[in-house]
Amino acid sequence: MKISLSWLKQYVDVDLPVSELSHRLTMAGIEVGEVEIIGGWTEVFVGHVTDVRPHPNADRLRLCVVNTGNEEMEVVCGAPNVAPDQNICLAKVGAKVYNTHTERYEILGPAKIRGVESQGMICSAVELGLGAENDGIIVLPDDAPVGASLDDYLGDVVLDLELTPNRLDCLSVLGVAYEVAAITGKEVVEPEASYHESGVPISEQVKISVADPDLCPRYTASLLQGVTIGPSPQWLQDLLIKGGLRPINNVVDVTNFVMLEYNQPLHSFDYDRIKDATVIVRRARLGEKLTTLDDIERTLCTDNLVIADANDAIGLGGVIGGANSEINENTINVLLESATFNGANNRETAQAMELRTEATLRFEKGLRAELAPIALRRATALIQEVAGGTIAPGIVDIVSEEGAEPAVVTLTSGKIRRMLGMDVGLKQTQETLTSLGFTWEVEGDAALKVTVPYWRNDVNIEEDLVEEVVRTIGYESVPTTMLSSPIPFQHPVPVMNLRDKVKDLLTSAGIQEVINYPLVTLQQLEQVRQLDTEALPIRVANPMSSDREYLRTTLRASILGTLAANQSHSIGPFRLFEAGRVFTPREDDLPDEKETVTGLLAGLRHEPSWLEDETHMDFYDAKGIVELVFERLSVNVTYQPAEDPTFYPGRCAVIETSDSVVGMVGEVHPVVMERLGLDSPQVAIFELYLEPILAALPESQRNFEALPRYPSATRDLALVMPADVSAGLVTRVITGHRGVHHAELFDIYVGENISEGSKSLAFHVYFQARDRTLTNEEVNKSLDGLLRTLDRELNVTLRV
Amino acid sequence: MPRDQNLRDYIPGGILSLTEPSIQRPSAQSIEDIIAAASAELESIQDLAALDQWRVLYLGRRGALTMVLRGLASIEVSERKAVGALANQAKTTLEDRLKERVRQVNEESLKISENRDRLDVTLPGRPALKGSLHPTTQIVREICDAFVAMGFGVVEGPEVEWDHYNFEMLNIPKGHPARDMWNTLWVDYDDPEKEKAMLLRTHTSPMQARVMESREPPIRVVVPGKCYRYEATDATHEWHFYQVEGLAVGEGITFADLKGTLYEFARRMFGEERKIRFRCDYFPFVEPGVDMSIDCFACQGDGDGCRICRDSGWIEIMGAGMIHPRVLEGVGYDVEKYTGFAFGMGPERIAMLKYGIDDIRHFYANDLRFLRQF
Ligand SMILES: [Zn+2]
Repeated sequence: MKISLSWLKQYVDVDLPVSELSHRLTMAGIEVGEVEIIGGWTEVFVGHVTDVRPHPNADRLRLCVVNTGNEEMEVVCGAPNVAPDQNICLAKVGAKVYNTHTERYEILGPAKIRGVESQGMICSAVELGLGAENDGIIVLPDDAPVGASLDDYLGDVVLDLELTPNRLDCLSVLGVAYEVAAITGKEVVEPEASYHESGVPISEQVKISVADPDLCPRYTASLLQGVTIGPSPQWLQDLLIKGGLRPINNVVDVTNFVMLEYNQPLHSFDYDRIKDATVIVRRARLGEKLTTLDDIERTLCTDNLVIADANDAIGLGGVIGGANSEINENTINVLLESATFNGANNRETAQAMELRTEATLRFEKGLRAELAPIALRRATALIQEVAGGTIAPGIVDIVSEEGAEPAVVTLTSGKIRRMLGMDVGLKQTQETLTSLGFTWEVEGDAALKVTVPYWRNDVNIEEDLVEEVVRTIGYESVPTTMLSSPIPFQHPVPVMNLRDKVKDLLTSAGIQEVINYPLVTLQQLEQVRQLDTEALPIRVANPMSSDREYLRTTLRASILGTLAANQSHSIGPFRLFEAGRVFTPREDDLPDEKETVTGLLAGLRHEPSWLEDETHMDFYDAKGIVELVFERLSVNVTYQPAEDPTFYPGRCAVIETSDSVVGMVGEVHPVVMERLGLDSPQVAIFELYLEPILAALPESQRNFEALPRYPSATRDLALVMPADVSAGLVTRVITGHRGVHHAELFDIYVGENISEGSKSLAFHVYFQARDRTLTNEEVNKSLDGLLRTLDRELNVTLRV
Repeated sequence: MPRDQNLRDYIPGGILSLTEPSIQRPSAQSIEDIIAAASAELESIQDLAALDQWRVLYLGRRGALTMVLRGLASIEVSERKAVGALANQAKTTLEDRLKERVRQVNEESLKISENRDRLDVTLPGRPALKGSLHPTTQIVREICDAFVAMGFGVVEGPEVEWDHYNFEMLNIPKGHPARDMWNTLWVDYDDPEKEKAMLLRTHTSPMQARVMESREPPIRVVVPGKCYRYEATDATHEWHFYQVEGLAVGEGITFADLKGTLYEFARRMFGEERKIRFRCDYFPFVEPGVDMSIDCFACQGDGDGCRICRDSGWIEIMGAGMIHPRVLEGVGYDVEKYTGFAFGMGPERIAMLKYGIDDIRHFYANDLRFLRQF
């Protein structure tokens, strides 16, 4: 909302500097954004053209004699519209004006134009930075003060208010004036709205009824006859332009002006185009058609409220007028409407029609019904002032029960204390409310019965009044205390604790956290071969763009995307993880949001360095990370070969606890790598599913295991077995054997001396007992047993 | 004597004459000869192994001096005592010299290895693996920790929400113009009743209602999490961002408590000397509603020419207010008994202020050159 300071000053005295005013409005909740300075001219004055003569040396130029109050000067002017007896803007030598040829502001110097000395310049709008108009000079009104500095006369400051949706009142100049008055302790003077009525009363000339009062709590109207449609006077046009509206004609301009002044949108009908002089405010008929002022034929439904004549709709109530009753240059009689419409319905209609007009901007927030007749009288008077004509006696005022009651709210000092934690004296409360335009009656010794002024629709309950008081006296007057209520017991949220722990483990293992957008495309999911066309992911109904349309069902696509993006400027190592949610739809419910951690390892195993080798990370790097995590979480897991379309077959394992899948680890399938343009020998991914991991966490995180008190005995075993026997299985058999404490796999060998289809694994096997040092015989006996078991169960034999 | 053969390698010349001392008759002269020869050799020895050989040769069980002592029996009784004393003295002398020579050799060899083992300490170290938490995670943790220290718990909620929790329970009914404050991404959801709308939550505030529904006061929680808006991105706007919501409900909670709590938070986050300021603002679920600023930590509130606070000296960091009675009523609380306050802030904005990040789009572009700075 743009507010002109000069306009504002018509209703309230403003003696604060603009910066201070802006600051204080902002602190009170009326945020001032940009401050636009209009003018700021020096050496530009209001002048009066006393004579215009031809230029001796140029047909298109004229010599003008300009009076500036105490002197006369001769000025060369090329504008076609300059004429004697005009008030104009005269820039004297030294003024800064816009040069349309150089497209820059320049200081005006003395000039000889075609041989004639010019002592100044009569300015166009563009030369003064007042608009784009450059076809002619600005002609000021007849009452412009000749000799005055133009800055005093036309200069202005426009405040751009960034309003919160509750402060409808400050969409109007008067609303802001009341706010300024409260801040500065001044009084608001509302404009005059008295006029002379004559002729046949309105009640005999038009028949108005409201068929649907639920959508139109109040409908008021006046009738002006014999008006002359034409352009508005300059002052009116200027104020409209400053308020951001385009002048149209005097009648329409007045309705817009009063809207900016009072907030009440008004509408003017051409009385003679209303069939049977009958106005009915009713719901539209299904399929009823109306061509609106923007020349669009609209098909209506019964949720829309129309203003209709005896036959047809002539306007969409509170949204936009109809073309069939529009004011035009031939209009003589004007029916002026000032009504209150149901906010929610108005908003719904406007949204359905995609028509956010200045009117709906106001009606949708719920204008107070008391406002309608006030604004009607102001506009009626003003139309007569600028367009002439007579005013039919009386107004139409149809008001439903809920329509006209002012809001009354009781405020107690106890409430203020309970909300703010401090006392505000009754007297200070009264003064504060009065300054804001509220009226009140004292009720008992600690309560006020407060009547809300007609321009405020946002004050409805006691808490609202508490805010009015505290925002006016200032929040700095409220004390600063610490919560004294008991500290509630905070139940831990296990999944958050687990996620934090996993994040910390991963970062300490040298993996970087990334965070990606959860909205993806189907192609992204397809690229990592995770798109199930039978069960599509959850879709956003109004996506901003097609690349942010579906809620992700996997983190793999995003993190591989992160890898691809970073490969353009780095060779790694890439060690990334993301902890986020994946979304799966559920019947009649919010989606399941599964907490997932996906990590990725790709590129060089070490930072490029003068020290290190240049090997690349692979499956086993990822698995090492996973092992670290589960080891630290004390969760026992197994790794089973698995198939998953994202992963390279044979290089993928599912991670399981005794009763559920808790993760995956694998190398990305070459097809996926190629689709994503990934530039690494291989990319390893691990994935952890937090909810099942949570279920597998031991009750108590760790149990201390006593350190061994007796030495262990070591035997090295080189074993031969069929190639398809997994190391995991052999290890499990060895470590599960009685007497074995643990075993380390230290070599894998295939080749010479090992028959085709076989492989050799070599282990350090550690034998140990809790209660004694094992004898050689005991160790050997245990070892023999182990070898027999390996042979029997897995066809594993000692290498010879 | 193979042992003597080896000795030749270490002790050049003149030794063999001493190798059969037992044959000689010991005399003062022979002892002095031994000392002289041994001392001369000792000076020329450069390593510990040769020193040990020397020790065997002169002081060992079959060494020269031992032989002298063994040969005492063969001399006159009258000389025996004096020569014996000389021999013992010589033994002590040679042992002392050996000790000294060992010390010297050790010292010299240390010097040599020190020179040999010298590194170029300016070469870069063997790279350790590096990983850090995303800056948003770091800031969210920092924010939550500040409130945890004041007795708040941390909870989370769903990112896909019902209209009911995201709006209606927060005093933003359908058709309310304030809905324009949140440009919403709606979820394509086929509700058989056509009454429920599903959306990506536009703020973490729905957890206010969810938390209050699930328990009785007193309540003190903060709620971090992702939020989404239908909004074009630019240097200061993201359609996907985090919020940290906070909520305290109980008996006797006032705006003064809100001030105190947020003041304490501001000091923990931005330094002890921080000042706070409130201005009136509007959020439908609080009344009164405010916007909290801190005095600028970059220019200490001075303002002039400051890029962080854009000359104002103040930086807005969060919205807050007393929970609207309709919100409390909506969850079934007794509004005559309980009051509360709520607040919400954007961790990215706070991170941007703290670290001087000029564009919010860096956060989720995941350029490692950005992330690794934190
Ligand atoms: Zn600053």
